[in-house]
Amino acid sequence: MITLHYFAGLRELTGTSQEQADLAGKTVEDLMEWAADKYPGIENASARVAINEEYALPADVLEDGDTAAFIPPVSGG
Amino acid sequence: MKAFEVVTEPIDPQAYADLVLRPEAGAVTLFTGHVREWTKGVRTLYLAYEAYVPMAEKKLAQIGREIEEKWPGAQVAIAHRIGELQISDIAVVIAVSSPHRKAAYEANEYAIERIKEIVPIWKKEIWEDGEEWIGDQKKKPEGGNQ
Repeated sequence: MITLHYFAGLRELTGTSQEQADLAGKTVEDLMEWAADKYPGIENASARVAINEEYALPADVLEDGDTAAFIPPVSGG
Repeated sequence: MKAFEVVTEPIDPQAYADLVLRPEAGAVTLFTGHVREWTKGVRTLYLAYEAYVPMAEKKLAQIGREIEEKWPGAQVAIAHRIGELQISDIAVVIAVSSPHRKAAYEANEYAIERIKEIVPIWKKEIWEDGEEWIGDQKKKPEGGNQ
């Protein structure tokens, strides 16, 4: 299983901050498609994906036990 | 306290200046970023900050390493506060020490620019008539190992 995190506006869009999904073996690109299917609009949020707390590339593959986070454009400072 | 941390309590800037001060340092720059009331004519009542805390602390530490590479001899401490912040509260503090002042000034500005690019922290502005998560204040970096 993969643990997914949603933050800020994406937490409000999805109505959840964390969930589990059976996405092991899928790529980050697959994950985005899965999320867009489940939460229409998330694909327009300019979100990046982090795997295990590091920014990932679209072709990176999720492994069982990974944590993936949707990172909308940041606004710290 | 840690040199790179996300906190929920009010920030004492001097603690971070003290953390980077050492005999080799001839300069310490201490930047504090505050909650601003007016942005482009719109009045903010207060801000709510949220973070992906473990990743944010890793990214703050990464900025510290980038600075130590770019300005050898510089030492950095950064703290960002999350939760509800009122007007004039300190949201972020960056302390940089270096043997000479130029590096301390430059590295401190570099740190705040990088925070706005790569550190997963989000700000929601709450106004009299609404609220909004703020994003994309700087260009969005490409994906990958940032």
